[in-house]
Amino acid sequence: MSSSLPAAGSRSLEAALPALAVGACGLLALVLALPFVGLLARVTPGAFLRQIAAPEVREALELSLITSLAATAVVILLGVPTAYLLATREFPGKRLLEVMLELPMVLPPTVAGFALLMAFGRVGLAGRALSALGVTLPFTTLGVVLAQVFMAAPFFLAPARAGFAGVERRLLEAAATLRASEPQRFFRVVLPLASPALLAGTAMCAARALGEFGATITFAGNLPGVTQTMPLAVYVALQSDLDRAVTLSVLLLLMSFGLLLGLRLAPAGWIGNRRRAGD
Amino acid sequence: MRLRRLGAAAAATVLGLACAFARGAPAAPRPSAALRVFAAASLADAFGEIAREFERSHAGLRVQLNLAGSQQLEAQLEQGAYADLFASADQRWMDRARDQGLLAGEPAIFARNRLVAIVPATNPARIDRLQDFARRGVKVVLGAEAVPVGAYSRQVLRNLSSAPGFDPEFGRRVLANVVSEEENVKSVVGKVQLGEADAGIVYRSDVTPALAHFVRVFEIPDSANVLATYPIARVRGSRSPDAASEFVARVLSPGGQLVLRRHGLLPAVAVAP
Repeated sequence: MSSSLPAAGSRSLEAALPALAVGACGLLALVLALPFVGLLARVTPGAFLRQIAAPEVREALELSLITSLAATAVVILLGVPTAYLLATREFPGKRLLEVMLELPMVLPPTVAGFALLMAFGRVGLAGRALSALGVTLPFTTLGVVLAQVFMAAPFFLAPARAGFAGVERRLLEAAATLRASEPQRFFRVVLPLASPALLAGTAMCAARALGEFGATITFAGNLPGVTQTMPLAVYVALQSDLDRAVTLSVLLLLMSFGLLLGLRLAPAGWIGNRRRAGD
Repeated sequence: MRLRRLGAAAAATVLGLACAFARGAPAAPRPSAALRVFAAASLADAFGEIAREFERSHAGLRVQLNLAGSQQLEAQLEQGAYADLFASADQRWMDRARDQGLLAGEPAIFARNRLVAIVPATNPARIDRLQDFARRGVKVVLGAEAVPVGAYSRQVLRNLSSAPGFDPEFGRRVLANVVSEEENVKSVVGKVQLGEADAGIVYRSDVTPALAHFVRVFEIPDSANVLATYPIARVRGSRSPDAASEFVARVLSPGGQLVLRRHGLLPAVAVAP
């Protein structure tokens, strides 16, 4: 590696490089981890247990679980066909569609919430049609789910699409020569092979939905038991009840940590077996 | 080659991080170049004007307004945020700041305010009078209990429940109609202005000429209304105590009080109309 480089300077750089990388990594890890440590250091077991039993905390926890599960289900249902289409077909306007589907990732959530109001609010573009159908979104639990779907969908689509794109064509061709129909090829070959990516997308999507704040409070409002999910409850509690804020934050932290850690550990287990079955 | 570029990138990252640290760590302005005022959201327009005037008469000084619900500002101060002045929309959060030892000197009352009820100009719930707020299905938006306007609103609802012409259950019914508890009064205004909520309770000073086109106002009788009280105080640890005191003096001066009155607040100091 170093033979093509001029001798002295580069050799000292090469020696310094690992140290620099370790330093950078350590600094970044410190910046990212210290807030979590701070949060955990602030919580006392007694206060945590007392708060976790409080009906308000339960209510927020339940609402968060229900809405983020529902949002994730919606995203999977609509996202699997969408990601497959994007991964396997070319069509006019595809680039534009791709950018639109990515936009929520970089959009300030408050802007997203405002845009949702302009579209699905009572006076929004689709608001009149929706209310004719008897559907109300702002200030409702359904509105929370919509805000979460909007913000979390890209986190599913990106890995899902990469997963579908990574399925080797020759495997599909082989399946075709064995007279597998198109649906058979999709369910027996493509889906199992893409499942690690789909699972990764699902976990990211669920974690993002669980943490959704800005779009929710702007679009769906803030009412305990109806639209006040855990992140909103943390925000409110920060101004009145620090013990509650800490408890809710730690709960959220543990749930998100569990989701992402599970994602790292799972592929070694049952997904790996499936992959072998698909080979 | 690739290695060298990688090294440079790593170095730049570390350097960038270090810079971000150095710049981001102390949340303090350059000495006496800026005056940081934490002010209740309902003071946005009035304090904006007073701040601009103050900057004109104090060359080189910049006034930074941090506008939010008073409860949020107080929480920020408790967490160590830097401020020179704190102006709250009620006594509760100023008292809390004082109890926490966050203030330097006594708070001074500089303004008062009244509440009004507003509905969107389109009036989707067909509200003709205050009593209609209690009708089933009316979407009411209030400030959260911790927000000054939220506490005042609940007081008004209690008062109205025992007022002549109102059902004793009025307050309870209106609270059952609440679809969202907002974090500051401007969010209540926004939800009504957009037409998403059917009704809300805000300060009279929030109904600015610009807003008046979008909402219909229902006055709350004085006998059931509250008199919101706005105290201002210097914050302990201020690096510009003199400029801070001058700003308070400006707010309390006849000129400052006139600005407040022009923006719909009630002056706390007698001034000629």
